[in-house]
Amino acid sequence: MTEQNRETVLRVSTLEAGYTPGVPILRGTDIVVNTGEIVTVLGPNGAGKSTLIKAIAGLVPVFSGSVNLLGKDITGLAPHRMVAAGVGYVPQVNNVFAKLTVEENLEMGAYTRKHGVEERLEATYRLFPDLARLRHHPAGKLSGGQRQMVAFGRALMVEPKLLMLDEPSAGLSPKLVGMVFENVQEVRDSGVTILMVEQNAKAGLMISDRGYVLAEGKEQLEDRADALLKNPEVGELYLGSKGGLL
Amino acid sequence: MIAQYLADGIILGSSIALGAVGLTLTYNILNFANFSHGSLLSWGAYFAWVVVVAFSGVQGGTFGPLSFGWPFVAALVFSGVMTALLALVVDWLVFRILRKSNIQVALVIASFGASLLLRNLIVLVFGPEPQYYSDNIQIAQQILPGVRVTPDQIFVVVLSIVLVVVLHLFLTRTKLGKAMRATADNAALAQVSGINIHAIVRWTWVVGASLAAVAGVFFGLTVQILPDMGFNLVLFLFSAAILGGIGSIYGAILGGLVIGIASDLSVLFFSPAYKPAIAFAIMILVLLVRPSGILGEKAR
Repeated sequence: MTEQNRETVLRVSTLEAGYTPGVPILRGTDIVVNTGEIVTVLGPNGAGKSTLIKAIAGLVPVFSGSVNLLGKDITGLAPHRMVAAGVGYVPQVNNVFAKLTVEENLEMGAYTRKHGVEERLEATYRLFPDLARLRHHPAGKLSGGQRQMVAFGRALMVEPKLLMLDEPSAGLSPKLVGMVFENVQEVRDSGVTILMVEQNAKAGLMISDRGYVLAEGKEQLEDRADALLKNPEVGELYLGSKGGLL
Repeated sequence: MIAQYLADGIILGSSIALGAVGLTLTYNILNFANFSHGSLLSWGAYFAWVVVVAFSGVQGGTFGPLSFGWPFVAALVFSGVMTALLALVVDWLVFRILRKSNIQVALVIASFGASLLLRNLIVLVFGPEPQYYSDNIQIAQQILPGVRVTPDQIFVVVLSIVLVVVLHLFLTRTKLGKAMRATADNAALAQVSGINIHAIVRWTWVVGASLAAVAGVFFGLTVQILPDMGFNLVLFLFSAAILGGIGSIYGAILGGLVIGIASDLSVLFFSPAYKPAIAFAIMILVLLVRPSGILGEKAR
């Protein structure tokens, strides 16, 4: 599929956002995510990657610019309204309710749903069979990989139009990183569009359609994932080598 | 002799447990130690007293051996509703604004101020002298060898148990109850799950204040109604909540019973004037052994 005939899910236009008024961390960022894509945002520490998805999720105040989801302006909505509008978000840390059971975590993900919670639970257990077995265990007692499944499952309970993942591989062993990225692909294949932020540039781009490189609060580079993997500028940014990531 | 003090301790412990649960709920969700929680107990007791006095001319009879009839039940419900409203008003006027500053100590000190204000308002409106729900003298009956309790005291303990069970079912079976636990666990994640945490904060006040109202009425029923009652009880509530593990609802219930029983048993050895000191001594002893409280989570 070419990019032109894809519907735009998310359009972020000249977004300025930050925690303190007058101190923007994002300085006019533009990002587009199309239906069925996995888009990864790369960049050095402090580039504003997490701030970008937190601003889209409504957790960081937006000073100017706009966030548009499927043609609807959702700029500056409260976080719980973003969920109702179709934005799912998995934070990097503390992304499960530790004292609640796995099933209660998933139920909380479906908080804004009026109907079909049972069906979504079944669908989530089909996607992550391990969770069905652990449904009555407190999420805080699970392993890192299982916890990440709960976090994904929770965010998917509302069937978001866009799922945002903040460094899904952070703090996981290399084996689990592979598993998490397989999960990301499965989620996409089930029809969810994905925007993620990733430190692990190579692994992130390997499963992505496109990527952005963010630095100093602005996107510096946008390209197809395979092109970014070969791009010497990206390699230099991450590895200090001139050869690209591949 | 000991059995009698034990029974008295359980009766006092019931009021303390209900109050401590409310305290721990608000601590859980709002993250501050609310010293004005005791004043909600006092106001709860007086709201109920107003209804009881208003119905005093009505001949309705009493429930069997109990000292009260239907007006008291109406008073209990009215008190729960009014105390919840009072808590919402105080939150809106004071805590809502201070929450934005995100300085916890400001909230704690403000709650202390709110507590003084609420206590003095009671003196202004109702006067300083003690009040009672009923002039009937209840005869304590022997229920076990060496244990004499009044029917009202049995009512207090039974209804406390019922309320704790209802609260447990609410928190584990209903969508709102689960959302309250989720918000207490991780407010940021609750928001991005679609939970309006401002609404959850309001519901927390409603639940915590209603329980405080019942605790106040129970204390008024089994002891007496005084403007200072909540102010004096708040230290017991804190010891109970901290002893049980602050933030843990079941810990608060257990802590309430431990504090109630221990302070009544202490009368065997010390003057009753030392009851609050005993409560604190026990709290400190437990915290020395288990710093997170009996049922509290280990600090991360």
